[in-house]
Amino acid sequence: MLEFLVGKFNYYIYIFLMMIGFYAMMGKRNLVKKLIGMNIFQWSIILYFISIGAKKGGSIPIVEGLSGHGAHIVSHASQYVNPLPHVLMLTAIVVGVGTTGVALALLITIYKKYKTLEEDEILRKIK
Amino acid sequence: MNFYQVHFPILIVSVTLLFSFLIPVFGWWKKKLCYPLAIIAISISLFSSLIVANRVLYHGPIRYYLGGWEPPWGIEFYIDHLNALMVVLVTSISLLVLISSKKSIEKELPDKDVPFYSLFLLLFTGLAGIVVTGDMFNLYVFLEIASLSAYALIAIGEERAPYAAFRYVVLGTIGACFYLLSVGYLYIVTGSLNMADLNQILPNLYHSKVVLVAFSFFMIGIAIKMALFPLHVWLPDAYTYAPSPVSSLIAPLMTKVGIYVMIKIMFKVFEPSFSIEMLPVTTILSWVASIAIIVGCVLALAQVDLKRMLTYIMVAEVGYIVLGVAMANRNALTGAVLHIVNDALMMACLFLIVAAIMFKLGIRNIYELRFLHRKMPFTMGAFTIAALSMMGVPPACGFFSKWYLILGAIDANNWIFVAVILMSGLFNAILFFRVIENAYFEPAYAHDGGEHIEVSRDEAPLSLLIPILIMAVGIILLGIFSGKIISAFIQFIVPVSF
Repeated sequence: MLEFLVGKFNYYIYIFLMMIGFYAMMGKRNLVKKLIGMNIFQWSIILYFISIGAKKGGSIPIVEGLSGHGAHIVSHASQYVNPLPHVLMLTAIVVGVGTTGVALALLITIYKKYKTLEEDEILRKIK
Repeated sequence: MNFYQVHFPILIVSVTLLFSFLIPVFGWWKKKLCYPLAIIAISISLFSSLIVANRVLYHGPIRYYLGGWEPPWGIEFYIDHLNALMVVLVTSISLLVLISSKKSIEKELPDKDVPFYSLFLLLFTGLAGIVVTGDMFNLYVFLEIASLSAYALIAIGEERAPYAAFRYVVLGTIGACFYLLSVGYLYIVTGSLNMADLNQILPNLYHSKVVLVAFSFFMIGIAIKMALFPLHVWLPDAYTYAPSPVSSLIAPLMTKVGIYVMIKIMFKVFEPSFSIEMLPVTTILSWVASIAIIVGCVLALAQVDLKRMLTYIMVAEVGYIVLGVAMANRNALTGAVLHIVNDALMMACLFLIVAAIMFKLGIRNIYELRFLHRKMPFTMGAFTIAALSMMGVPPACGFFSKWYLILGAIDANNWIFVAVILMSGLFNAILFFRVIENAYFEPAYAHDGGEHIEVSRDEAPLSLLIPILIMAVGIILLGIFSGKIISAFIQFIVPVSF
């Protein structure tokens, strides 16, 4: 049981972070806090992907001193960290940064229009 | 198959991607170049997609390996009948909307034409990429390309647009993240990201809890992206306050592409039996969808803003298509796929008409549209055709898809769904006749007693009018030739087990 709890602690952290982010996005009334929640939400998923690729004592997935075909290399796949989820996350980080950039630009426009970033006040001013 | 023919699938996506980065460079030099450059880019895409669709029709599905890396290692573009139909739909509607956008942009977004055309092409790239890719993660990337450019395009709209766009950013990101999570869960159990590969591996794993979690994450994520009730809350605001050329591109295509992804994952990545028998997914979806139809129609009745009314009708239309998918029989799915095509065309036509009215008069209130039939006779003629099609009057295309949906509901032996579809047709009749009545029928005082009001003809500019008329004619033609579309494309899309 302890092994189950401690051994997979990174997955618990991912779910915990994801819930924090989700709560901030849904529950907070300040737009910047919503944005920060969104970031936490995205990064928690990146933590999850990094976790599924990582291995204790795994080596970097670079083959040294071998030239030719890799049938025998694949058989040692358990010794290497799985690079694929990590590479996927490079793309996801870029996407996340892009989303944050767009959202920040929107917040600047909103602030210029309404002089506030509190959702309640904005909604009052819209009416 | 020679060298040139092989590479058409990638040209659909890569040319517009390249041009979307070239346009700022050329626009910095000469602003006038943006519009023709954008048209050239999408025309090349349309040309390639037509060739690809033609090949699919005569030689069956095309598999294109990016960089020559074979799946499951490399990314694959997989184009079968469903993809071919969608890609032709996306490219042709984008081209028509782009042609029409010139004047509206000059009026609504002065000095923003360079970023507009650049983002427009980027959005198109995303949408076209979603429908050609055969790789789960690649789909996520294209989904985010489309969404990010959509956020930016919506935000350059009216007064309230940035706030609406921010809400869309938050919800859209949740949707995309859930999709990404589901890809991750599928990756742990299968070790593959390729759709065809997943389809081979997954059946042995259907009882795994990880697969169930992945599937539920996927459904929630994509339901947000395609604005399925009750996750539609971002849609009306975002689409209403977007600039008219933007909403006439995003509104018909974005949600449809979301539904396409749902069909693809439910029936092509998972086996149809998974969502029908293993989990009560289709049962839940069909009830949610029928509530979406009713709620969308009722909320649309409450609107006086023509564009906002259309956005709520769109919530209902998403309901239709999802209902067709969820009833999961041959007729219903035929109707659903046919309705994706028809509805994209009708919605593009209606939103362009709103853009034309906005361009000429700057109003959207239904009750201010008086004498419009004398002012803009061709635009209103097209509006009437599109409206009749939305109600489901033959020979307009809306009739045929609804016909198949109703047949599907009868096959599914669920008379409540039949009633829902018929009732929503009546709702649509009320909604659109309210507009037609205001635009066509003049109040009594104009004829007897009161002074005669002179209204001179003041039609929308040709660049806006011609795409509208093409679409209006297209609505009729699509209706007449719907049998052809079904026998050429849709009968191959429906899974054999139905």
